[in-house]
Amino acid sequence: MELYQSAGNGLSVTGESTTQPATALLVLGCPQVPVQTSIALYLINRLKKAGIVPTVAGNKAANTLLVVADPDRHYLGEVMDLDRAVVMITEKKRDFDRCFVFIHNDAGVTYAGTMSAISKAKIFTIIYGEHYEELVKQMDFPCTPIAAKAVHNPLPLKKALDEVAPWAA
Amino acid sequence: MGCVESMNYEIVLRDATFKESRDFIKKNYTEFRDVLPGFKVFDVHVIGLPPIAIGLEGDFVIFPYTKPCHGTFLLRVEDKDEAARLRALKK
Repeated sequence: MELYQSAGNGLSVTGESTTQPATALLVLGCPQVPVQTSIALYLINRLKKAGIVPTVAGNKAANTLLVVADPDRHYLGEVMDLDRAVVMITEKKRDFDRCFVFIHNDAGVTYAGTMSAISKAKIFTIIYGEHYEELVKQMDFPCTPIAAKAVHNPLPLKKALDEVAPWAA
Repeated sequence: MGCVESMNYEIVLRDATFKESRDFIKKNYTEFRDVLPGFKVFDVHVIGLPPIAIGLEGDFVIFPYTKPCHGTFLLRVEDKDEAARLRALKK
């Protein structure tokens, strides 16, 4: 009875996908280093093109920089407060397949270590700024570091990101 | 995360690295408990690299609070019940 058979392979009888799309959380740091906003938008674009649903979590300033830059939400999807994201993941109300933590200071390292401990996501640490090499040495938890000396010019960090291609991992 | 601003807190250490805050607690408080990230102290899910040290001094609880732009602060808050709850945790 072909009419009633399951489509299988994650497809419905109409041929539409029934599997949940992969998800990613972008954990933003303090936006005082300019490349963060640029690389976040770039990463969101690459993730979406790969069929991965991105969510951004940051403090008010970091989130506002993105929201103002993308008023029609061509790139941005869900944007949430960073503390709220920590609470939801800790309380097992939500989790993600990938987590990208932006790091240019000690607080970023702290948030990345926290995400590594509370989330089941594959952790990617995006490390930049003047002191990126010192920060890379502090990655003593399971993660894939993506690092470059980038402050104003995002291209070195974009290149590092493209080499790892975490949207394809 | 709960609202830290609503607490009557004293800042013991400011603009520290997370490691400095952990070392400070272990050096200055004879009584402390190690917890994992996300552990709730008052209404705050603590952030940090595990293990996170929470200091205890009488009825005071000393815990780290990290802000993305300002680093880690150590806050000291008086609360008899919370201190007792933390004290009851296994070392």
